[in-house]
Amino acid sequence: MIHSYHGLVKISLKNEKILIVKYVNFFHKSLKEKFIKRCLKMTIYWNEKAECMPQEELKKLQGEKLKKFAHYVYNNVDFYHKKFDELRIKPEDIKSVNDITKLPLTYKTDLRDNYPFNLNAVPMGEIIRIHASSGTTGKPTVVSYTRKDISDWTEIMARTVMASGITHEDVVQNAYGYGLFTGGLGFHYGAEKVGCSVIPISGGNTQRQLMIMQDFKSTVLTCTPSYALYIAEYAKKEGIDVSKLALKKAICGAEPWSDNLRKTIEAELEIDAYDIYGLSEIYGPGVSIECEEKNGMHVWEDFFIVEVLDRKTHEPVEPGEEGVLAFTTLEKTGMPLLRYITYDIATINKEKCSCGRTCCRMSKVTGRADDMLIVRGINVFPSQVEAALMTIPGVAGYYQIIIDRDIIDSLSVQVELTADTFSDEMKVLENFKRDIELKLYNILQVRASVELVAPGTLPRTEGKAKHVIDKRTKNI
Amino acid sequence: MLKQISVFLPNQVGTLFKLTQILMDNDINMRAISVAETADFGILRVLVDQNKTEECVKVLKAENYLSLITEVIAVDVPDKPGALHDITRILAEERVNIEYLYSTLVKEKAIIVIRVDDIDKAVNILKKKGVKLIESKEF
Repeated sequence: MIHSYHGLVKISLKNEKILIVKYVNFFHKSLKEKFIKRCLKMTIYWNEKAECMPQEELKKLQGEKLKKFAHYVYNNVDFYHKKFDELRIKPEDIKSVNDITKLPLTYKTDLRDNYPFNLNAVPMGEIIRIHASSGTTGKPTVVSYTRKDISDWTEIMARTVMASGITHEDVVQNAYGYGLFTGGLGFHYGAEKVGCSVIPISGGNTQRQLMIMQDFKSTVLTCTPSYALYIAEYAKKEGIDVSKLALKKAICGAEPWSDNLRKTIEAELEIDAYDIYGLSEIYGPGVSIECEEKNGMHVWEDFFIVEVLDRKTHEPVEPGEEGVLAFTTLEKTGMPLLRYITYDIATINKEKCSCGRTCCRMSKVTGRADDMLIVRGINVFPSQVEAALMTIPGVAGYYQIIIDRDIIDSLSVQVELTADTFSDEMKVLENFKRDIELKLYNILQVRASVELVAPGTLPRTEGKAKHVIDKRTKNI
Repeated sequence: MLKQISVFLPNQVGTLFKLTQILMDNDINMRAISVAETADFGILRVLVDQNKTEECVKVLKAENYLSLITEVIAVDVPDKPGALHDITRILAEERVNIEYLYSTLVKEKAIIVIRVDDIDKAVNILKKKGVKLIESKEF
């Protein structure tokens, strides 16, 4: 525990000794604690035994868990039972973690085909929570959790929260959306478990975010990186002196961001910003997190086996090479997944980290192997837009999605008018536009503005039409 | 009743220039014009010589414009205070909604072009009240 008074820091160590350190006043307030911890080589873990387990032991543990898991999915999920039979394998064939490549892959389409609950391994009576994220069509991707799953996810999130140096003394302003999206509740449970004071403010309403941040003296902000930047810009506009805020850290995820954006957020808010990775199919946030070294995101390997696969063949790539990540959820009981293809492209580094954690680290996600877009932290598939437009009479098959970023992402969809939908009355056209916007919001769960354009103006191409113009790449 | 042509135009530099060029090249004279605009697009409403309306739509279609014909009322409004008020009062009393209107000159007389939600009802009541409606042959 660290207390500081006027240039002196009192640190209570585990053996009840007290250490007084004199420190210089750092310009960057978040550096203070880090400096002290560095001096003392002190890293705090939520679960030191699991997080720092020798790698050989970890591998053995994964093997044992995988054996059990193969039996579990084979015996409880029809979909996997059939897959095993098709591949002519039995759960008994899995003897160690290296046998994972014998197991079937799971695709997002499998989740869609088994919508909403057919991949569940338990009856509904044992499911205590249901989350959902974007699907590739009008239907979402649904994930069911048992009590054990929620408890495991909470353990994972507790480790995750602490890995970035957050302790029970922190006041966590959780600006991830609460709801079907896993971000809000995922962080909430983890930070509460650690003992932080959690403010479940959810996303949006920046004025209020800043008021709460000042009044409640929030020390940690959790939100998408673009929202963190937006809050910083907003604070500047409102004349709020960020150096007077208690804020020390931000955990930012749900959308890809560059190291440059990290530097900007850190400088503008005078904080440390950490990257976090997750997807609802694999619980949600917390699949991996940066430690204070900020050199790759630790994957909690006693819960997941992560593989890097060739983006086309889905065969394992050479160690250290880039590819799509696939996760096996070793402990999940509600909707267990074998080798789930995320389509996120990254690399894995198995070297031990100087923070002491032994689990491997994944790089930032550098791209997608499919056409999924991330808009304001929400996954959007062009096929969803198409599915939404198809349901509206009079909408031609031509559309174009334009995404731009002015701190916050904007999504607009250009739709061609037809002779059936054109009117001399503005109100008719505006109602038509609003109807499409509402339909898009219902399916995408993110606001899109519709722009009506003249027929024949959107590009017609042979073969696969270019439906998406993403102008953000230069700004991320 | 007159036939009005409405044309969908993107709100961009040069779109009207292109359109007026087409009308000029086809020897079509515009007698009244108005544009309603949003940030993205506009609706151009135009009255051309009434015997050229169909031809004009055909020309626009050939040039890939989205256009349509709507029937509108044109009333001859004396140049004095309260003249338009007499007409709006009649329509309001009979619960006829005016969607939009604009003005033009025909033979040096001020003409108000009105688009209503129920044109048959509007024509009947205006005629009954002795309001002079411009017919297509006089236009």
